[in-house]
Amino acid sequence: MKRSRLGPWLLMLFGVLYFFVPLLGTFEFSLRYLRGVYSLEAYRIVLADPRFGATVTYSTALALATIVVGVVLVVPTAYWIQLRLPGLRPVVEFITLLPLVIPAIVLVFGYLRIYNSSSLLPLTGSERTTDLLLIFSYVTLALPYMYRAVDTGLRAIDVRSLTEAAQSLGAGWPMILFRVIFPNVRVAVLSGAFLTFAIVIGEFTMASLLDRPAFGPYLQLMGANRAYEPSALAIISFGITWACMGLIQVFGRGAHGQVAGAH
Amino acid sequence: MRISEEARGSVGGERVEDGRPGAGATFLEIENLQKKFAQTTAVEHVQLEVTRGEFVSFLGPSGCGKTTTLRIIAGFEAPSSGAIRLDGVDITHRPPHQRHVGMVFQSYALFPNMTVAQNVGFGLKVAKKPAALIKQRVEEMLNLIKLPALGNRYPHQLSGGQQQRVALARALAIQPQVLLLDEPLSALDAKIRVALRQEIRTIQRELGITTIYVTHDQEEALSLSDRIVIMSEGRVEQIGTPFEIYNFPRTSFVASFVGTLNILRGQVADPARGKIVIDGQEVIASRGLKDARVGEVCSVALRPEIVSLGEAAGDGNRMQGTVEDVNFLGSIVRVRVRFKDNAISLDLFNNPSLSLPQRGQAVTVSFPREAVLALETASSM
Repeated sequence: MKRSRLGPWLLMLFGVLYFFVPLLGTFEFSLRYLRGVYSLEAYRIVLADPRFGATVTYSTALALATIVVGVVLVVPTAYWIQLRLPGLRPVVEFITLLPLVIPAIVLVFGYLRIYNSSSLLPLTGSERTTDLLLIFSYVTLALPYMYRAVDTGLRAIDVRSLTEAAQSLGAGWPMILFRVIFPNVRVAVLSGAFLTFAIVIGEFTMASLLDRPAFGPYLQLMGANRAYEPSALAIISFGITWACMGLIQVFGRGAHGQVAGAH
Repeated sequence: MRISEEARGSVGGERVEDGRPGAGATFLEIENLQKKFAQTTAVEHVQLEVTRGEFVSFLGPSGCGKTTTLRIIAGFEAPSSGAIRLDGVDITHRPPHQRHVGMVFQSYALFPNMTVAQNVGFGLKVAKKPAALIKQRVEEMLNLIKLPALGNRYPHQLSGGQQQRVALARALAIQPQVLLLDEPLSALDAKIRVALRQEIRTIQRELGITTIYVTHDQEEALSLSDRIVIMSEGRVEQIGTPFEIYNFPRTSFVASFVGTLNILRGQVADPARGKIVIDGQEVIASRGLKDARVGEVCSVALRPEIVSLGEAAGDGNRMQGTVEDVNFLGSIVRVRVRFKDNAISLDLFNNPSLSLPQRGQAVTVSFPREAVLALETASSM
């Protein structure tokens, strides 16, 4: 009995070491800024750097905009596919998976060809329109995660009956979407939103090639020029990503708890 | 295949108006409704007139078109042709949210994010009614469905029966012109189903609301309805009161679908007297054989409960046979008697002093002449 349990424990130990040793190494290295003592000096320098605040703020703003555009695009689409066009589901699923197989660098070069300053739609002509292009490219990048999350949420409820029940009670489409469908896929939408946030906050390729001051290019810049600060930044990035994952869990539980709390 | 005209009888031939509330003026009219999906015809030439306050059930097997017809009335499906008029107004092309029709679904379809009170008040809120009126109406509805204390619960905290009652209250809260119920009791267990169907009927009578009820459960349809529409393969087979449908089925489909039926095959011996020979024994059918010819093969139907064991008084039919099987079913005992090629099932009411026949025992069975339903003859097949 004891021998049969040893295998899973060894596997788990291997997994923990595989994931945590590099992380601990990075963390330990980030504390060695001052010779001979462990200190948070690298973190202090990073947090005091005005470019850190500016790039994090920029990426956060873009992430929030991406989430809004993504939700507005994906929720009605996934809802309509489920309700009226189930035959199109494989096609839409295929399209949403494309960003996973087409590298970001290919996408961004495509954008640069189509939207350059001498094109019909010169989105790269100014900083604001480039920001817009970056938001749309992030929506594309996050599409597989957002669509899947929302679609799973919609499958968990009886979309057709709920829609028809609301219709028979006199509700029009906006009322059905905002009062009936959205609230019932809130947790799924939030999962998609946090995944989008985690992707956008550290994205490098698109921001760098479109020359925008995002957190990803800043990470790369620091990594190329400094020793200890990149490790501190890596740990901070992990912290942000994990916080997002934690929030998915909290909101997921929150929705259940909120209902259960009414007992 | 139709049961011959004569077999419908005087009661079956006429519409019995007594059981129908507000008989007379048509309130809901379905005119020549047709629905085609690609190559298949789901609903074919459905014609129905429903009076105000009437309870009409659509009964039929799966895929017979009853739910599609209901969904067309609700506006969830557009008909390929035909029209629907409600209180004289053509609503055929009106979107569902403008039809003022209440709908109760098999899956309850309560909004999971809303409390019971919010669910019931949803339609009134959509109609922008004042908050005080909504509160009052929700309370009235919760009292009507006997769940006054559950307004703050969420749907998942209720049993299936409670959820369906809330769904009924929600549909009724907007005071719809017509209430549509799509197999509302199918997902519930047997005991609750019986209790709730009585409750639905009581509420429907209390409010006097015109109701269309879709079910595949014949007992439900027979016990609830003022009239039943029997459907098969998209077509209406018969429309009539439960009494007419059960006792005077117009087609062999209706006869075999509603209730249990014995079908016996024989040969016409004397059409004028309604005499048929079944396995060498004479049987007289009081109706339905006048058009038949001597020597024709014909089928007759008999309900098990109309057949009695032993010699009955009077000039009824008698047949001799052998007991093939005896099944004790609780309140009734079903006995199967074989003649030769044909066999018949009959029901005896259980009582402790009943002496059950034994398998292999020779017995006589009796049944009235008017109980013999003549089905199609070979020439009409």
